[in-house]
Amino acid sequence: MRLLVIEDDRDAADYLVKAFREVGHVADAATDGDDGLAMALGGQYDVLIVDRMLPKRDGLAVIGALRAKGMETPALILSALGQVDDRVKGLRAGGDDYLPKPYSFSELLARVEVLARRRGGRGEETVLRVGDLKLDRLSHQVHRGEEEISLQPREFRLLEYLMQHAGQVVTRTMLLENVWDYHFDPQTNVIDVHISRLRSKIDKGFSQPLLHTIRGAGYMIRDGARKTLSDDHV
Amino acid sequence: MTALGKLFRTTTFKLTLVYLTVFALFAAFLLGYFALNTRRLITEQITDTVNAEITGLSEQYRLGGIRRLVTVVDARARRPGSSLYLVTTFAGETLAGNVTTLPPGTLDNPGWTETAYRRLDESDAADHPEHRALARVFQLPGGFRLLVGRDLDERDRLYNIVLSAGRWSIAIVIVLGLAGGLFVTRRVLRRVDAMTETTRTIMQGDLTGRLPVAGTGDELDRLGGNLNLMLERIEALMRGLKEVSDNIAHDLKTPITRLRNRAEQALRSAKSEADYRSALESTIEESDGLIRTFNALLMIARAESGQARENMSEFDAAEIAHDVGELYEALAEEKGITLKVQADSPVPLRGNRELISQALANLIDNSIKYTEPCRSTENGLPAEIVVRAMSEGDRILLTVADSGPGIPEADRARAVERFVRLEQSRSKPGSGLGLSLASAVARLHGGELTLADNQPGLKTVIALPRGGPVQMQDEAPRKTKDFL
Repeated sequence: MRLLVIEDDRDAADYLVKAFREVGHVADAATDGDDGLAMALGGQYDVLIVDRMLPKRDGLAVIGALRAKGMETPALILSALGQVDDRVKGLRAGGDDYLPKPYSFSELLARVEVLARRRGGRGEETVLRVGDLKLDRLSHQVHRGEEEISLQPREFRLLEYLMQHAGQVVTRTMLLENVWDYHFDPQTNVIDVHISRLRSKIDKGFSQPLLHTIRGAGYMIRDGARKTLSDDHV
Repeated sequence: MTALGKLFRTTTFKLTLVYLTVFALFAAFLLGYFALNTRRLITEQITDTVNAEITGLSEQYRLGGIRRLVTVVDARARRPGSSLYLVTTFAGETLAGNVTTLPPGTLDNPGWTETAYRRLDESDAADHPEHRALARVFQLPGGFRLLVGRDLDERDRLYNIVLSAGRWSIAIVIVLGLAGGLFVTRRVLRRVDAMTETTRTIMQGDLTGRLPVAGTGDELDRLGGNLNLMLERIEALMRGLKEVSDNIAHDLKTPITRLRNRAEQALRSAKSEADYRSALESTIEESDGLIRTFNALLMIARAESGQARENMSEFDAAEIAHDVGELYEALAEEKGITLKVQADSPVPLRGNRELISQALANLIDNSIKYTEPCRSTENGLPAEIVVRAMSEGDRILLTVADSGPGIPEADRARAVERFVRLEQSRSKPGSGLGLSLASAVARLHGGELTLADNQPGLKTVIALPRGGPVQMQDEAPRKTKDFL
């Protein structure tokens, strides 16, 4: 994956570039808005990581200029402004995701990978499959092998989100944002409890577990036989 | 700026001037109108009198000829305050009357004329100036001429009296108006100056100063009263800020010290990679906790400063109760606590959906944290948490009632303060900011957070006005009271 980090703090930019390279991605850095825009327009990047406050041209303006030129490269906005309305402003300006500083690298990586693969278009499929687990988005039915699994509506949405991003790390905040639509910190590990409930429904009694906990990052649903990129580095 | 210059520049004084001008103009108009009308009226009276006399005299002439006319005129002319009479032959020879000098040619033109004259008894020109009169010259049959007139002095005197009354009253209006204006302006200015002086000392940092209020309930008092309320609010906020910074210093320094110690310890004594790894992991965990505390503090600050007010929308509080309840239900169940949501009918509310959700989440989280499932065996009650959303009168209540240990009444007000954790050992996870945030969110919406006894257990209530947020409530410590 080719990534462009537009961040004026050189230390932070270097850290990100290095960290992305370590997990096998190609990353470039730009330190101001104008350079960033020029590089984003010229290069073939899969995801842009844009700091909100940049010299010369601020992050939202960079994204706005790209979108105006018809470039649909997914962009993740990094910002010290972490409030809900700042986030809404960022997403409205054309950003695809918003991560307040300080962030953990695993959270950033998980989100970037989701953004990069969003273009693959798995979101449109009506039936999602991971191993022998099958989720039908139209009939709201879930089967593991031949057995039908009954899920609560929220559990269904949780599983649906995980399966849409099968093979990718999904963090707790991503789940809270996308499944529950909350952007606050629930203090306690509420998500973990929901995951363990879901796990007991889809994995209990089967030899091959599908729902995995990725330590220090989040969760991933995947067919146990296949190794994924995310699995190697976390 | 001189004191006088300051006086002249005040709004009160400028207003006084405007009023004064309008009033003086009005008085001038009124008196002028009065003077003109008086003059006209007197002229009319004179004309009528003269006409009547001429009719009478010509009647005498017709009855008794010139001799009779002369006798009558002589008799009339001698009466005090009489009109002016003059009877002449066609050649201008005086036959009778009380008028001596007349401008030459006056008698040649019959009809009305305004003329100067002297009376017969004051022919001495040096002592008596000429008078003015309004007279009518009448041609009698036989060539005789009759002049009857009335003195105009009276009319002019009256006119002059009215005119000078007008001048005087305008002068008095201006003098009194200016004096009154200056007096009022100075009084107002003195009070405003006192206020300005106080605000200056307040701006220099003495927040305890208050504006003087005279107690008359006038507009300056109201202004002063409101500014005082504002000052109280500012003072409370400043005090809060100071408390927070003290608390931050304490509560953030502790984990930062721990973080530092751990890193140092690892550097000094770690032997293997695993040691380093675990030291680093706990460092990250510790800093995540710090960030969480920081975010909560920022959120409280934003809610308290009213910035989050932009994001208000209409939503159903019952739906929020169900949503948040559902989020925590699994956690409660894992702990052996039953979490119930009682919110059947929609409770429409206007507010910041995200913040209200978070406030409710904090309350539920708190209840789950402090409710022990084992208590159910002690008092025979099941460990349960009930979340309700309902309207009551003109308020909307979001309540979380648990069967935990509750909070003693004496501690309830303190529990809402930032960083206060009643449990001395601080063994439970948490920043001590959950209730503060809920309270700040309630206040942002013009409501309040109260803690009450659930007998047994704690009942936390977020009470919001139905009409949506009105204004920031006072920062004073909230009293706890039972709602149900």
